[in-house]
Amino acid sequence: MTSTIDTPEGTTAPAEKKKPKKQGLGLGKYILIRFLLIFPTIFILVTMVFFLMRITGDPITAALAGRLPPEALQARIEEAGYDRPVIVQYFEYLGNLLQGDFGTTLSTNTPVTTVLVNYGTATLELVFYALIVAFIIGIPFGLISAYKRDQWPDALLRFFAILCYATPIFFAGLLLKLVFSVWLGWFPVSGRTSYMSELEGLRAPTGIYLLDALRAGNWTIAVDVLEHAVLPAVALGLLVAGIFLRLVRTNVIGTLGSNFVEAGRSRGTSEYRLLTKHAYKPALIPIITVMGLQIAMLMSGAVLTETTFGWRGLGFQLAEYLTARDFVAVQGIVMLLAVIVAVTNFLVDIIAALIDPRVRF
Amino acid sequence: MAEQQTRSWWLRLPVISHLRKSVGVQRVMLIIGVALSSLFVLTAMFAPLIAPFGYAQTSDESGRFGAQMPPSAEHIWGTTVGGFDVFSRVVWGAQTAAMVIILGVVFSIFAGVILGLVSGYLGGVVDRILVVVADAVYAFPGLLLAIVMAIVISGGQSGLFGGIMAAAISITVVFIPQYFRVARAETLRLKAEPFVESAKVVGTSDIRIISRHVFPNATRTMPLIFTLNASESILTLAGLGFLGFGIEPTSAAEWGYDLNRAMADATSGIWWTGVYPGLAIVLTVLGLTLVGESMNDLNDPRLRGRKRARKPGSGQGPLGRSKQTVPTAEDVDGTGMEATK
Repeated sequence: MTSTIDTPEGTTAPAEKKKPKKQGLGLGKYILIRFLLIFPTIFILVTMVFFLMRITGDPITAALAGRLPPEALQARIEEAGYDRPVIVQYFEYLGNLLQGDFGTTLSTNTPVTTVLVNYGTATLELVFYALIVAFIIGIPFGLISAYKRDQWPDALLRFFAILCYATPIFFAGLLLKLVFSVWLGWFPVSGRTSYMSELEGLRAPTGIYLLDALRAGNWTIAVDVLEHAVLPAVALGLLVAGIFLRLVRTNVIGTLGSNFVEAGRSRGTSEYRLLTKHAYKPALIPIITVMGLQIAMLMSGAVLTETTFGWRGLGFQLAEYLTARDFVAVQGIVMLLAVIVAVTNFLVDIIAALIDPRVRF
Repeated sequence: MAEQQTRSWWLRLPVISHLRKSVGVQRVMLIIGVALSSLFVLTAMFAPLIAPFGYAQTSDESGRFGAQMPPSAEHIWGTTVGGFDVFSRVVWGAQTAAMVIILGVVFSIFAGVILGLVSGYLGGVVDRILVVVADAVYAFPGLLLAIVMAIVISGGQSGLFGGIMAAAISITVVFIPQYFRVARAETLRLKAEPFVESAKVVGTSDIRIISRHVFPNATRTMPLIFTLNASESILTLAGLGFLGFGIEPTSAAEWGYDLNRAMADATSGIWWTGVYPGLAIVLTVLGLTLVGESMNDLNDPRLRGRKRARKPGSGQGPLGRSKQTVPTAEDVDGTGMEATK
């Protein structure tokens, strides 16, 4: 839940980083430098999370203390190598990470990579739906808000945007459930589908249920999957929609006042066209950059949404493993999310540079 | 929270001066924000007087409250699944939230500003490393970081003091990068100012320059960031509580935890256990955000002045948003009344 106000601040961070090579280097070099910057970011996060988690002691004691006799516990600690100096474990962990080995969960004894693959798709699906909701609500309302600046529709929409931000996802989820599932009975209360067994029985499932259902040509399941997705997508999407709305508003207000819009107006271009073509497009650049930064917030949000709606994705699993004190799994999931955030920020910077040459120099 | 506000009132009267500058919609938003924030502060301060029962109380002279009782004369907002009085827990929750905010924000201002001042003033390798680390932490999902910190500090759940400290420190870690950035950017700007140079010329020590010349000038935007972070830290605290990493229910009342317990109730149509703590979170965050937003908007002319003075290398302004609002203030502003945006 990143504050919506300071996010644009981050947009200038890449500008700061590429300052040394100020004198007009090409796009290729910019991409390369930006790409190389991913690694220190990931490295710092990996290091931080690793040592923070180790302060609490070794994972086996945390997960199994009280359930195993002390001797058996000690044996398992030695077997897993947790009795060695932390620094040795750290380098071993780094080495394993480089080979794509995130460790094995203690509570379910499955490789963390399997967990990531199995549940990552669910999170991906959720985030995708949420973004659709966010775009559908955020962008048109942002345009209206900018156009009706300082009039009552604007005031109302801005208030709505702040309200979206102020409502914790789980409370939004609770209200949505209460109204639309319990009282109106329109949507299911939780879960991803009622046809779990059918979907799991499919050959080579993608894990993205909608795709799986469509591939199987089963419309009943596809509709069911979508019905399950509506409330979680709205709960997570509204949070992001509020931010999009404000971003679109501020940026479009900026471009609406510029000379080329004025020139368009003097030539008799319709107000609608001025808004959607002339003012909107240049306003997109800062919006894209900031959207990339929202990915971190989206990840935090996904954890809460999944827990609220029993959506069995990475966030849901994370909460489960946290409760089980399975820190190997927690570390793995946190690590993956860190990588996703770093890579997304990289991609967004590249897109911004492609659209706007000024970013590169 | 309360202390913070009164102190600023004596010194710079931030909210009141903003109120006088504001007009129209802006003023309404600010007034609503101030009203909601005051309600929150007052509830937190006078929780023992307002709440009819204790936060961990499940019975009184007339016997046990009973679980999941609908709102009635005795329990105006009903009782929870654990048999607590919802109204009392919401009121006590304000106190918990206020304590966490004060501690969390004070810690992060303390650490973030000092790091930012030193890093910006000294520059060099230390500065580079700190900036990269701060960027990495900033990019990381705040709630996850807070969870990791909560595990580290308290191993999950804990009592009143431990729980509040754990939540506060978890929140601190999330916010340090923000204060760090702001303080550092300001320091870089101030470092080039004539008054700092003249101080150097007369042989003032670095520590004195930082503490007497740079620091007072670098912290002008802090009340604003404080308000915005306060609302964010409430959300983080609630998120922690919701995921079960907050404070134990018998040690203190916490809105996020209550919502967690209320999720199952909602499925069976019991609305009062979740709606009230949820509304408390929404209204508090709404109030603080409205105050912060309004202050941000009303500060625009000053931010614009600063933006001109900024050196190209000094990173960004105190709040990136100024960058976006500047053209609006300059270009769209034709009515004279719009100065407040």
